[in-house]
Amino acid sequence: MVLQVIKWSYAIKVLPNLLRGTVITIKLALLGVIAGIIIGTIVGLIRVNRTKILYQLATVYVEVIRGTPMLVQLVLFFYGLPQIIGYRMEPFTAAFITFGLNSGAYTSEIVRGGIQSIDRGQMEAARSLGMSYFQAMWYIVLPQAFRRILPPLGNEFIILLKDTALASTVTLQEMMRVGQIQMARTGQPFPVYVMAALIYLVMTLPLSQGVRWLERRMGAGDQGL
Amino acid sequence: MIKVSDLYKNFADLEVLKGVSAHIRQGEVVVVVGPSGSGKSTFLRCLNYLEQPTGGEIVFEGTVLSNSQVNINRVRQEMGMVFQQFNLFPHMTVTKNVALSPMKVKGMGEAEAVELAHSLLGQVGLADKVDAYPGQLSGGQQQRVANARALAMEPKVMLFDEPTSALDPEMINEVLDVMKDLAHKGMTMVVVSHEMGFAREVGNRVIFMDEGRFVEEGSPEEIFTNPQNPRTQAFLSKIL
Ligand SMILES: Nc1ncnc2c1ncn2[C@@H]1O[C@H](COP(=O)(O)OP(=O)(O)OP(=O)(O)O)[C@@H](O)[C@H]1O
Ligand SMILES: [Mg+2]
Repeated sequence: MVLQVIKWSYAIKVLPNLLRGTVITIKLALLGVIAGIIIGTIVGLIRVNRTKILYQLATVYVEVIRGTPMLVQLVLFFYGLPQIIGYRMEPFTAAFITFGLNSGAYTSEIVRGGIQSIDRGQMEAARSLGMSYFQAMWYIVLPQAFRRILPPLGNEFIILLKDTALASTVTLQEMMRVGQIQMARTGQPFPVYVMAALIYLVMTLPLSQGVRWLERRMGAGDQGL
Repeated sequence: MIKVSDLYKNFADLEVLKGVSAHIRQGEVVVVVGPSGSGKSTFLRCLNYLEQPTGGEIVFEGTVLSNSQVNINRVRQEMGMVFQQFNLFPHMTVTKNVALSPMKVKGMGEAEAVELAHSLLGQVGLADKVDAYPGQLSGGQQQRVANARALAMEPKVMLFDEPTSALDPEMINEVLDVMKDLAHKGMTMVVVSHEMGFAREVGNRVIFMDEGRFVEEGSPEEIFTNPQNPRTQAFLSKIL
């Protein structure tokens, strides 16, 4: 095999296109994580509370999502579902649903762990003062759990941000997909993909720094919020 | 004020309360003593339904607590509880710890609740600590905050579970003084404690509990100096 000459200039040439894809990537990751926090908080609370039927539904949800590859879920929503509902969703919609559901499942476990890590005496003290279960959760348990949840939630967001690259398989023009197109157009996979990797890294490095900062701050104690 | 009849509590196969009955009257200070694992905490926690009894009945001020119509949150407002580990809310200042439930449960305005909190904290000798967080306080100070927090709901009865057992010896007196003060003001109190001095000074009645039963009860004098039941005698000889 003859080694191809690497033309680094292409890395710069494709940059504007990649950055347009990056906007979609960030949008997808942000919306996904927001949906994930909403779903995850509700499902996490259900799994802590153990209300019979809801608990079982929540458990099935978490196990199914966590037990199957995200790629399979993604293509199922995008390519599989049209066979049942008769039309194809927008690629972004399919990706958003998949990432929201995934993030929700993982976040619910983070939320559940966070809540269960708070001493039972906190809930009891609040209840003994006449607060309802929900008041005790809201004012006493959740604020304390939140501090412990925040760092793993940050990590979850970093993973999600990288996983958005999977959405390229359902033709969503996020960064990875844009990279593939540019690669085909220029015949220069190496500089193009190095550039794509760099952009991911530029986004994730500050985030993981932030998570580490949070971990240190939160580890310092429970005082204040 | 509180009438307990034939109370049972099981945890799975474990029978912890085996039919205890008691009548706690207005203004009375009842001290519960007994060996570890005899069910003292469980008894106290059943009184405000932190544990649901397996059998028997608790009537508080005419309200049958097992009645499904009863709003237990209402009942708990009238029964203050101070825990062995205090269970202060670590993410809030001491003032907020005390002011929170009057605000959220009773709908008291913030200014009024803060004023109430400061006044109660002053009464337990913590006027200079109102802006501290629980983690910055000594055990004795935390305990007194827990007192003030429970009192903020203006309860009719206070339940104490070994209020001094988590404290260093030099802090026990400051806490007992606050409790004695409360007793002198006429508060109805149920106190699980082995502090003989406290029981003698303000206790109206001492109940000796063993293996899930009330074995013997009487005035502090009777129980401590002249116990009738051999199990009471054996226990007291160990702790005196
Ligand atoms: N939530 C629970 N689940 C199962 N068993 C429990 C629970 N709470 C208490 N027990 C058991 O019930 C028994 C009585 O416990 P309890 O805490 O009432 O005793 P105690 O008299 O307060 O003892 P101590 O002086 O050590 O505080 C113990 O054997 C304890 O292990
Ligand atoms: Mg106990």
